[in-house]
Amino acid sequence: MTEIPKEEYVLKCTSACAGCSSSLILRYVLKAAGPDTVLVIPACCTSVIQGIYPNTAMNVPIYNVAFAAAAACASGMSEAFQSAGKKTNVIVYAGDGGTVDIGIQALSGAFERKTDFLYICYDNEAYGNTGMQRSGSTPIGARTTTTPGGKTHSKKDLDGIVAAHDPPYMATACSAYPQDLFKKVQKALSIRGPKFLHILAPCPPGWRYSSEKTIEMGKLAVKSGMWILYEREYGKVTINGPSKAAMIKPVPVEDYISVQGRFKGISKEALESLKSQAERNAKRLSLEEKGIC
Amino acid sequence: MLTIATGNKAVAAAVRQANPAVIAAYPITPQTEIVEQMAEYVTAGELKSRYIPVESEHSAMAACIGASITGVRTFTATSSHGLLYMHEMINWAAGARLPIVMANVNRALGPGWNVWAEHTDAFQERDTGWLQVFVSTVQEAYDATLMAFRIAEHNDVLLPVMVNLDGFTLSHIMQSLETVNPGDFIPPLHLPHAIDPAHPAGYGTLTGPDDYFKFRWDIERSMRDSVKVIRETEQDFADRFGRSYGMTEEYRCEDADVVVIAMGTLGKEAEVAIDLLRKEGIRAGSMRIRWLRPFPTLDLAGRDVVVIDRDYSFGFGGILAQSLKAKHRCEPYSVIAGLGGQEVTYDDIAGFIRDRKPGEEYWFGVKA
Repeated sequence: MTEIPKEEYVLKCTSACAGCSSSLILRYVLKAAGPDTVLVIPACCTSVIQGIYPNTAMNVPIYNVAFAAAAACASGMSEAFQSAGKKTNVIVYAGDGGTVDIGIQALSGAFERKTDFLYICYDNEAYGNTGMQRSGSTPIGARTTTTPGGKTHSKKDLDGIVAAHDPPYMATACSAYPQDLFKKVQKALSIRGPKFLHILAPCPPGWRYSSEKTIEMGKLAVKSGMWILYEREYGKVTINGPSKAAMIKPVPVEDYISVQGRFKGISKEALESLKSQAERNAKRLSLEEKGIC
Repeated sequence: MLTIATGNKAVAAAVRQANPAVIAAYPITPQTEIVEQMAEYVTAGELKSRYIPVESEHSAMAACIGASITGVRTFTATSSHGLLYMHEMINWAAGARLPIVMANVNRALGPGWNVWAEHTDAFQERDTGWLQVFVSTVQEAYDATLMAFRIAEHNDVLLPVMVNLDGFTLSHIMQSLETVNPGDFIPPLHLPHAIDPAHPAGYGTLTGPDDYFKFRWDIERSMRDSVKVIRETEQDFADRFGRSYGMTEEYRCEDADVVVIAMGTLGKEAEVAIDLLRKEGIRAGSMRIRWLRPFPTLDLAGRDVVVIDRDYSFGFGGILAQSLKAKHRCEPYSVIAGLGGQEVTYDDIAGFIRDRKPGEEYWFGVKA
């Protein structure tokens, strides 16, 4: 077991919802990053979770910035710290809306310019802060307040887009696997250049499940193959243990879907699409891991 | 050193001497020469700035914001659509009290595509909390840019400053330029609220109405205080380098019965018109407004006022004329001229003054 520091940087006064996984994720991110860190946060749940002025629930500086601007703001910050000879970690902590939709241009620009920073997208698969509207990251079939009949389009392949920028390190993680998450943050911060973590963040009010089931929901996502834990280090793919096991003996996708209110009444076609997308992802990553494609 | 340069090159020369730690910029006509020149300085090792070739103007301002909050000097430049594309971040920079300096090469807005001079781009940013100065010569572009860093970074101000120069009629014309050795004219930046991991704090945190209201008042208070800082800075500049401009540059106004008020290169052109009218026995003067924000107070009592707006607020009027009308209770003859680079000569300006009809609005060159 990795020794996880006892220091807390997410203090016990956040305004997160009960069972919120994104504050749990941030807790481990900051434990891995340590105190010489600045978080850059665009509009997202964490804008609220951190607390209300003049208080802050975070024991590192947070720079809040406009929705589309996180990666560009971090670019400037990273260059400024370097010009001053400082080694401060610059970490963007952004939701899926701020990443796959409105923030993708700035993200792409920062990765193309090989900015030295870590970009983390915590993905609860909708605009949670504003009450669960669909985002480009919402899976097909999921009901949100703007897709009351279930989303008719598939989840955007964010990782594929980021991979096209050939960053030195990118990985997926999930709040239900904190040891794995901690190690990935540490590894990312040991590498110079643009690093990317895409972290699944189950959301009780948004996904419509009972708040004590947040960890269970993350585990089911991985065990069903709906979320695959892997790393891409200098282009080389490694599928992590839990997902390796899931590829050999997955639990049915229905086990993951049926416990979430957002998928209630999902059409047969949407369910098939979810399943086939999960299968394609697994197949593609396995081939990449073997160096076949 | 005496040389010749374009308005754009003059801005670049001043920025080089101000030595910002971070420059983030995206090219747009007619600003391109500034960012190209900065890139050349950096590539040649003449400037140690970190140059971030961002993918948009929104990101240019966001990158300056991210850099500035660490406590270092920053610069960017834009124009027209670029300025409007960064509008959200322009507000953010002022609200975050960051002394970013930006050159804006004034250009019309599409459609249709038009790359020539107009002030509507900058005027659309007038309520953002930025200080804005408009220059009229190559020399002034250089001088105002040097002064902009000192004014923005003064701890009684801590607001961003926009240096506006007319597209092509100033950005691309050559005039003599005397560069100076700034020495300690621009003191090192001390940003009191710079980010420091040793002292964690939330910046731009969710803020309730009472605190938010106080922060807005703080911006206005600093905007008011900036008048004194601008005057002090101009005075020190004049003492050191022998040139001064003022909040408004007045020309032959002492005994003037009529004053023409304009900005940028048209304001300079107006001085030629004044000489022409004086020969005809018309006691005319010119007031070239340099600072759009903070907006100056003018001595207009008992005078006819002719205002030339190179901008327009549809459904309202020439923005400068309307602002003066509101502030000074005058009835200006409001001339709308020079939009989209329309040619306006000193003869035309003399004509506006001769044919003035106080209280009326006139669109130059448009047949009724």
